[in-house]
Amino acid sequence: MAERIIKLPDVGEGIAEAELVEWHVKVGDIVREDDLIAAVMTDKATVEIPSPVEGEVTWVGAEIGDTVAIGSALVKLKVAGGATAEEPAEAEAPAGLPQEKPVAAVPATAAAAPEPAPKQLPTPKPALAPARPAPVATTPAPRRPVGEKPLASPAVRLKAREAGIDLRQVQGSGPAGRVSHEDIDAFIQRGPEAPVTGRLAPKTAVTDVKVVGLRRRIAEKMALSKSRIPHITIVEEVDVSALEDLRAALNKKPTAERPKLTLLPFLMRAMVKALGEQPGLNAIYDDEAGIVHQHAGIHIGIATQAPSGLMVPVVKHAEARDLWGCAIELSRLAERARDGSATRDELTGSTITITSLGALGGIATTPVINHPEVAIVGVNKMMIRPVWDGTTFVPRKMMNLSSSFDHRVIDGWDAAVFVQRLKELLETPATLFVDM
Amino acid sequence: MTEITCKLLVIGAGPGGYVCAIRAGQLGIDTVIVESGKLGGSCLNVGCIPSKAMIHVAEEFEKAAHAAAGKTPFGLTAAEPKLDLKQAVAWKDGIVQRLNNGVAGLLRKAKVKIVHGQARFRDGKTVAVETETGPKVITAETIVIATGSHPVELPFLHFGGNVISSTGALALTELPKRLVVVGGGYIGLELGTAFAKLGSKVTVVEAQEKILPLYDAELTTPVAKSLSALGVEVLLGARALGPTAKGDGLRIETADGKEQELPADKILVTVGRAPATSKLGLDELVLDMDGRFIRIGERCETSMRGIYAIGDVTGEPMLAHRAMAQGEMVAEIVAGEPRLWDKAGIAAICFTDPEIVSVGLSPAEAKTAGFETKTGQFPFQANGRAMTRHGETGFVRVVARADNHLVLGIQAVGQGVSELSAAFGLAIEMGARLEDIAGTIHAHPTLGEGFQESALKALGHALHI
Repeated sequence: MAERIIKLPDVGEGIAEAELVEWHVKVGDIVREDDLIAAVMTDKATVEIPSPVEGEVTWVGAEIGDTVAIGSALVKLKVAGGATAEEPAEAEAPAGLPQEKPVAAVPATAAAAPEPAPKQLPTPKPALAPARPAPVATTPAPRRPVGEKPLASPAVRLKAREAGIDLRQVQGSGPAGRVSHEDIDAFIQRGPEAPVTGRLAPKTAVTDVKVVGLRRRIAEKMALSKSRIPHITIVEEVDVSALEDLRAALNKKPTAERPKLTLLPFLMRAMVKALGEQPGLNAIYDDEAGIVHQHAGIHIGIATQAPSGLMVPVVKHAEARDLWGCAIELSRLAERARDGSATRDELTGSTITITSLGALGGIATTPVINHPEVAIVGVNKMMIRPVWDGTTFVPRKMMNLSSSFDHRVIDGWDAAVFVQRLKELLETPATLFVDM
Repeated sequence: MTEITCKLLVIGAGPGGYVCAIRAGQLGIDTVIVESGKLGGSCLNVGCIPSKAMIHVAEEFEKAAHAAAGKTPFGLTAAEPKLDLKQAVAWKDGIVQRLNNGVAGLLRKAKVKIVHGQARFRDGKTVAVETETGPKVITAETIVIATGSHPVELPFLHFGGNVISSTGALALTELPKRLVVVGGGYIGLELGTAFAKLGSKVTVVEAQEKILPLYDAELTTPVAKSLSALGVEVLLGARALGPTAKGDGLRIETADGKEQELPADKILVTVGRAPATSKLGLDELVLDMDGRFIRIGERCETSMRGIYAIGDVTGEPMLAHRAMAQGEMVAEIVAGEPRLWDKAGIAAICFTDPEIVSVGLSPAEAKTAGFETKTGQFPFQANGRAMTRHGETGFVRVVARADNHLVLGIQAVGQGVSELSAAFGLAIEMGARLEDIAGTIHAHPTLGEGFQESALKALGHALHI
């Protein structure tokens, strides 16, 4: 047997350390080559670390939430060295290194002893580190199908009955789902997995969830934004009936180059137009340096719900993309954010952000600015509302926009102008496509 | 008139009733048991125990007869055996007597009051008992009906004279030269086999198309072969019509519809058992019935609060060990323990030659129940112990679920396999899988190895076939 140390590899992006967010293995596990052993998180991307060899995990070097330096030891594996895995004859030694001569390993003893110490020749290592038999991979017992009779010995059945437990509620851990004494004990301690009856009962359990990885980053970012930026939020309603008609017409024959459009590409184009007139809103405010960096390129961050939490992929140079260009890039980025393959580059560099929850969007929201940007546009849900057209109420497709601005550098007037401009553009969608 | 008040009254001191009373006594319940006959019920007095005694006598006699005839392959010879049937019956009665006394002792030890007499319900809480010393009225919080069953009489073949029940057959002191057995179930075949071994000319009349209709053909074929070797004539699909005019035989209708007379010194009628409830005054109660039997729930409770029923009065399977388990459970329920009938299997044994034992589901029953199954069967021909016992007929068969190898049923046929029922029952009750049986060392050389091998066979790697 030999020991192999797996170090945290350079996960790219020129970073020096990464946060450990997930262990896929624990001590005693057997890993195969290419099995995932851990996940680390850099600024925004999560990187899975595979095992380069097969072996048994003997040591893990960090806990979830720890920051691990690139190149530091992540896990130690006991790997088969030459002979069969059970062979205890081989001493533990780093793979590849020639085994040290035992005499050389104990020079002090040899020197102190008056006579040569040939008896110390046999290596004592195997005795110190007896090879553990490879644990048999235990597959969890298949769960008993609902409605099937529980399988248990008479003693277990009696124990359950005396404890007032319906064995049908207990999942057995034994072969063929057999319920053991231990299963009953565990059930008594834990209680039923799901409430069996509709009876109300107080619950006292507290589940501790470590705020690590992406969640910690989100928490820090939100705290930073809300503590440093005095937000001003304007909610305005937009009649999107015409826009929806247009969108429906354009969506009649989708092609690969012209996929189905959601509302967001239209909003992006509207923002491009409006920001062209108000470059102060497409900016990064470096409050420590006291400089607002107004960007000519419009890079729109799109707040996206990924399985691990909120991510903001960025549609770069929206000003250079037409309606479908925006749509294609948007869906590509959203996909990559959701499956975790978005690169650091795709997740940084935004100058303004859109947040949209679609049908869940509520009537109004108070979006939190994506620091250090100065503006964010929130999309609320679209619904048909009665609108007074001067003579009667007519049903119109209405949608609210809730937009927040950094009040340190954006006055309420400017914010209102921007919101009104968006409203105009969206309510008369033809204006999106004419140069004025 | 004496009045007795108690917490628990058990009516019937058969295996169900006396076990219930003993357990109740152990649990400190003030218990009275009423019995109209002898303690121990049918099982002990006229059933399981005496029949096994007589079967043993017949086996020993047959062995000696074989030796006398020079039929043993190992060169044993003996003089022509003679049986004093009176002495054999007396020996059997001695065993029964000892067990009667044993039950009485156990009941006394458990501080159970025994009342001899015929019990009759007055209402759901009160029972009148006619005893030799006069009428007694017993009022109890809880009453357990454990009155058992009696042999069914055919309307055209009343018991009496030459027409006997199993009870009568076990009391015969003279061997009938010609015995006709009506009914090819386990009772008829056990007794018929014994009489055949003792030298009677036995004819079995069975209405169905096979003997032992409750077991599958694979299990019954070795028994049928053995009956034939013993010279027992088995008439299948034949109906008894009644005694001959002179009373010296039985008229039957054969399978092809012809009437035939079977000369007989005795006609043994074993066509089933009926619940013994007629003298109990059940009219005074409003018990839900299940045909002729008392309907019970999973705690042996009847439709009336405070009245339980156990054993043969509750229907099939009419087996002493089922009644005992029910009795024990009910006693614990009366003591306030949470109990429920949750047994996985009840072994059924046929003490024919060879014996049949079955626990759980047969292959066909398992299929009907919707299981995908694996079956493993190991013949005793390949078992060393069976060879050295000079009894190689039969096999062990195990039926398991194909998906998780949970054993659903175990059957065996062969000499002495009744004792394997302990292992079979344990395997079913513990929820064993094929791997559990295959992975248990079974001592060599024993018949039990056949059990392990059948499990190995089902797993696809039997070692000795």
